Amino acid sequence: MNAVEEQEDIWDRRIASALSFLRRRLSGQYEIDEFGFDAELTDRVFYPVLRALYRDWFRTEVSGVGNLPLSGPALVVGNHSGTVALDALVLSAVLHDHHPARRHLRLLGADLVFRMPIVSELARKSGGTVACNPDAERLMHNGELVGVFPEGFKGVGKHYSQRYQLQRFGRGGFVAAALRTGTPIVPVAIVGAEETYPMLADIKPLARLLKLPYFPVTPTFPWLGPLGMVPLPSKWLIQFCPPVSTTGLADSADDPLVVFDLADQVREIIQHTLDRLVAGRADPFAG
Amino acid sequence: MTTEPAPQAPRVVVVTGISRYLGAHVASRLSADPRIPRVIGLDPAEPPAELAGLLGGVERVRADVASAGEVIADLDAESVVHLAVVSAPDRHRGGRPAMKEQNVIGTMQLLAACQRAPRLRKLVVRSSTAAYGASFRDPAVFTEDTAPRETPRGGFARDILDIEGYVRGFCRRRPDVVATVLRLAPLIGSTADTTLTRYFAQPVVPTVLGRDPRLQFVHVDDALEVLHRSVVEDHAGTYNVAGAGVLALSQAIRRAGRVALPILEPGLSGAANVARALGFPRYGLDQLDLFVHGRVVDTTNLIKEYGFTPRPTAVAFDDFVRVNAGGEVISGLHLAIAEQVILDGIRRVRAAAREQG
Repeated sequence: MNAVEEQEDIWDRRIASALSFLRRRLSGQYEIDEFGFDAELTDRVFYPVLRALYRDWFRTEVSGVGNLPLSGPALVVGNHSGTVALDALVLSAVLHDHHPARRHLRLLGADLVFRMPIVSELARKSGGTVACNPDAERLMHNGELVGVFPEGFKGVGKHYSQRYQLQRFGRGGFVAAALRTGTPIVPVAIVGAEETYPMLADIKPLARLLKLPYFPVTPTFPWLGPLGMVPLPSKWLIQFCPPVSTTGLADSADDPLVVFDLADQVREIIQHTLDRLVAGRADPFAG
Repeated sequence: MTTEPAPQAPRVVVVTGISRYLGAHVASRLSADPRIPRVIGLDPAEPPAELAGLLGGVERVRADVASAGEVIADLDAESVVHLAVVSAPDRHRGGRPAMKEQNVIGTMQLLAACQRAPRLRKLVVRSSTAAYGASFRDPAVFTEDTAPRETPRGGFARDILDIEGYVRGFCRRRPDVVATVLRLAPLIGSTADTTLTRYFAQPVVPTVLGRDPRLQFVHVDDALEVLHRSVVEDHAGTYNVAGAGVLALSQAIRRAGRVALPILEPGLSGAANVARALGFPRYGLDQLDLFVHGRVVDTTNLIKEYGFTPRPTAVAFDDFVRVNAGGEVISGLHLAIAEQVILDGIRRVRAAAREQG
């Protein structure tokens, strides 16, 4: 078989596989888990889109994937930024593609995400669920990699001048859940998302009217209309840090002192890593 | 909590609500059990013809629950199975006021009667997973100790909360009675005729735009098995009864070979209109909430306590699909043929292009 025929054969297989995928989808012959995670849809539809985005548009560089466990649970804690929570989606695709076991990151999202039609279903199908202790503990108990951004809207909705300054970490509910299940915490620093939609102003009355946590004004939005939704092509750096152990602390899960201490420790690690990565980068858009 | 290794089956069992599907089937199964000499069915209404055939071995008492007091005391009832819980208002039976009357007042009166029955040692109450309500902030999976975040807006869900409240009160006053509360997921199966099975039997199935709730079902036969075991064995406590696994609504519609018709999600005021648009005047806010939020429960406790695993949700649903295959708009077979035709077509075109080139 010559090279041309071999290539054609690949296409034949691709077409057959795409058609069979389509048939399975249309006849409902696929499985979702109890949280609504649709692994097949995520792998074959969501990740390819995100892959193009993080590889070609953001030229993402990833390091420290070895700090993630090969199997078993871990809580991945990251900094949140960029007006829309694009960093969470990119992180899950990056982790999946770079992890040797191709693991899925199960994101914990704000209530608002699950209040919105369509968005809520996309979040569930891609492996997300509501950020609440029962769900977090259930996922960790099942041995999943769980992703959380403790800054929440304080992180994504901050002014551009506050870029790469970690906001408050809330009540540290994520730490309590990790302690209760003995799950190690893997801090992750994400650089580049701040520049995708630099928020220059927040129109508070409009945000209140639309029941949103903020209404962003960026250099391109709302001036360019839908075109303003295109993220600026910043250069992204993602670094996974060494895990913070939580074993033997299960009894301290409701001790605020231990919880706040550990949350602070994680926050410090992320802030230091961010500072180092930002200092080492020549220009937000170069490279 | 199993109190003893081999509890003795009760000799006199009273079943309420035998004019309905679940009640009639439970009563029929209990009367077929040789360990139980007497099964008495309590219902103010005459069972329809298709259920009456099941009730050969059941002594029927036509009385509403209000007069249950005398019946339960006179008969020396040892076990009461309360199934006269209505999940949707029936226009022909007095609508929502009658439904509430039967669910809430009926349960109060029945429990009052039970409290006075000296020989009673077991109470089994049919509840529903609707007890968990529906909210955006709810955890994805409910365990028995999850409390609802806000009072549900659906009538049935509110009734269920009231009923469970009365049962808790009863347990405090009669700690000697083994009380079992079964929170059943929506029933499905080859023979069940419920609001949900009628919903999936339509050729075009209305859904809420932008929502694809996670659904869980329990096969009718498994629900009957659990109810039966609750009577002949001792299983005090509250248990979720559902088939493992989850189907998304869109997925269920596709498996049933139906076509989904998404309808705009309303504000609160339009909610009832949409419920009507969903094709069911009988459907209320209960079903709308289910179709927006979905509902999944954890059944670890049930499996551990009963040593019985209901068949998975997908299997239960497929059983329903098999029987209702007649109304399919798009079947799996059509799709498989279409896939083969398209694949062959592409192969032919590419082969032709290769020959030319």
